[in-house]
Amino acid sequence: MSGDYILEMENITKEFPGVKALDNVQFRVKRGTVHALMGENGAGKSTLMKILIGIYSPDRGVIRFDGEVLKLSNVKHALNKGISMIHQELSPVPYMTVAENIFLGREPSYRFTGWVKARELEEKTRKLLERLEIDIDPNTKMADLSIANTQMVEIAKAISYDSKLIIMDEPTSAITEREVNHLFKIIRSLKKEGVSIIYITHKMDELSQITDEITVLRDGKYVGTKPSDHVTKEQLIEMMVGRELNQVFHKITAEINDVALSVKNVSKKGKFENVSFEVRFGEIVGVAGLMGSGRTEVMESVFGITPPDSGEIFIKGEKKIIRSPRDAIACGMGLLTEDRKLTGLFLPLSVQDNMITVSIDDYRKGGFLDHRRIKSDCQKLTEHLSIKTPGLNQTIKYLSGGNQQKTLIARWLLHNPEILILDEPTRGIDVGAKSEIYHLIFEMAKKGKAIVVISSELPEILGLSDRIIVMHEGRKTGELKRGEATQEKIMELATG
Amino acid sequence: MRSEVTIANKNEQTETSEKSERRVKVSHFLGRYGMLLILIALIVLMSILSPTFFTTGNLLNIVRQMSVIGIVAIGVTMIIITTGIDLSSGSVIALVSVVVASLAQVDSYSVVLAIAVGLAVGLLTGVINGTIIAKGKIAPFVVTLGMMTAARGAALLYSGGRPIGNLSESFKFIGQGSLLGIPVPIIIFALVGFVSYILLNKTKFGKYVYAIGGNEQAAIIAGVNVEKYKILIYGYAGLLSSIAGIILTSRIASGQPTAGVMYELDAIAAAVIGGTSLTGGIGTVGGTIIGALIIGVMNNGLDLLNVSSYWQQILKGAIIVTAVLIDARKNRKT
Repeated sequence: MSGDYILEMENITKEFPGVKALDNVQFRVKRGTVHALMGENGAGKSTLMKILIGIYSPDRGVIRFDGEVLKLSNVKHALNKGISMIHQELSPVPYMTVAENIFLGREPSYRFTGWVKARELEEKTRKLLERLEIDIDPNTKMADLSIANTQMVEIAKAISYDSKLIIMDEPTSAITEREVNHLFKIIRSLKKEGVSIIYITHKMDELSQITDEITVLRDGKYVGTKPSDHVTKEQLIEMMVGRELNQVFHKITAEINDVALSVKNVSKKGKFENVSFEVRFGEIVGVAGLMGSGRTEVMESVFGITPPDSGEIFIKGEKKIIRSPRDAIACGMGLLTEDRKLTGLFLPLSVQDNMITVSIDDYRKGGFLDHRRIKSDCQKLTEHLSIKTPGLNQTIKYLSGGNQQKTLIARWLLHNPEILILDEPTRGIDVGAKSEIYHLIFEMAKKGKAIVVISSELPEILGLSDRIIVMHEGRKTGELKRGEATQEKIMELATG
Repeated sequence: MRSEVTIANKNEQTETSEKSERRVKVSHFLGRYGMLLILIALIVLMSILSPTFFTTGNLLNIVRQMSVIGIVAIGVTMIIITTGIDLSSGSVIALVSVVVASLAQVDSYSVVLAIAVGLAVGLLTGVINGTIIAKGKIAPFVVTLGMMTAARGAALLYSGGRPIGNLSESFKFIGQGSLLGIPVPIIIFALVGFVSYILLNKTKFGKYVYAIGGNEQAAIIAGVNVEKYKILIYGYAGLLSSIAGIILTSRIASGQPTAGVMYELDAIAAAVIGGTSLTGGIGTVGGTIIGALIIGVMNNGLDLLNVSSYWQQILKGAIIVTAVLIDARKNRKT
């Protein structure tokens, strides 16, 4: 292969239980260029990058870096080879200084005692920051820095490895325009030094400013690579979303009745502003938006997990004050959260105990629980949702993602709320379970429930929803009716 | 040819899957009954080594001795299931001990009143723990460490630092008497075990204990009043500490401000040996009782064998860590 390329990833395939995250992906970066990697959430960008820095190993495929075949075992190995990464989620050690953070794990120190050479550490950091024209004192504690400056330190850290290839995962998502310009200046000077950069972003306007080439992934597959100055925003959006609906939606339109939930001008500082929407009984409302658009935060506020600073919530026309999930449940709401492991499942408990948490009061008989009725109701739901488990007493952590998700849906079905918010109901589960969940959602709407579905997958939103709300950076940027909504229109509203 | 090969492969596969299934079953069995098997093995071993070990008198003696720690450990188990910890139980025992002793004197008119006040004191310390932990969002370790120090101080203050003797005969019955040949402490231990088992397994309270420990955030989102239940759980544990304190006071026939030192750690050890997971959501009353009995059999058996108490402590330490190690491995494998 030509020495023109610093990185060649060929036929990379990576499967996780139930999902093919990457399918025969190729990705080539030319030496001394900035290469944008684009795709919707879940397209496989982060999996590909995690393979590149040694967090995951690919099931199949070859990585060639700087002329040699690369087989990485861990992140340190990747750093030694000359690949570093600026992660999207910042992870500073808050009560250590900037210098200590940048050189964490490779502090200049005396060989036998391990005594850190504090002055040299500070001096090295000062030189690095001066070279990058970042105006931060090396002795500042990370906890005292603004988010933008924390991001700049992370950038300095990635550069301090003197890598040949730096991966930047949405580096501008937390910084202001001034720092963005500064970052671009740094990137240009790195380019001059022959460093190559992989630049992951959702911001279309950055592409022409800073990148040379763009590669698009979709559903874990390679779509194509284009030079940045020869491609339009529309073409890119089409590359990112332009697929046929691969799941078959037999959309069932239910009879749409009165307003169930009406949210008026809710705001929460730093999260979202002035968001209003309505959901009617029998209606499925989709909420689309990129990560960081505030779609999850709005719904968690409505559900009382993090109550809004201002704004009003009406249930069936009646104003309600919702300060906790308990209040929300008492008002007839239910929420299937975005991250089932973090905020949904009780991993050490049984399938049955995971199902009954919300509706336990319905099964009280005197001071005790009516186990026979609990068992028969859970059994019915398990069959109705075809949850595959050896038994109701099976510990839920041994079930597959799809069956865990169905159990959580069963938790709400058992309680039977009138308004149900589903945040990423099909994330990380296989296609079969997905279509079963779609069917369930239609069925619930048909029974007259008001349903909100948040999803990163546009075909899912389009296939399910009667109406679609689109958010961008904490604001509602539009509302589309079924029929007028297309992936392109949603993407335009979602990218602002 | 090719089809034969696939068939052979398939056979191999089912064989290995059967094997692994069997292995899963075995490890499941060991996980569930492992500590019971160890307890039985210990009893058999001690019976062989010491002729006086396996006698009705000695066995009852072991259970009677362990009933105080066992009762405390049951409360601590519930707390640990919610990912909490209680360091205050030993000091609460001392506080209850001096308060009850001062009210259960020979000339006092009501033993029942003395017991009621003692239970109320324990309940109160638990409710204070739970309220600060739940409402103040402070780590249980810190809150109960504070209570451990404060309750000990209160016990010393109340008694002037001196033991309180001269207890009424009817009060002494609780710790020293027998019904139908069974020592009263054992009967109380059994009752506490039974009631706690019912609470944990058959009631809403119990389901919420496990839910809070399994995933507190998920419990909040499912509408569980986590604050209220934390207060109830710590309150219940405080109540059990006071029951233990009353038994202890009655058995030694005096209120001791220095009673119960290190009992909290023995109770935690019993819970942990019995399979309660410090990461929450896992633990049973039965397991904890077995854990307490393992400690009791060890203490008693090693005493009978004239092993020095210094060695006993080292062995106990080793057993606690080994139990957690086994537990951690079991969890990692799956």
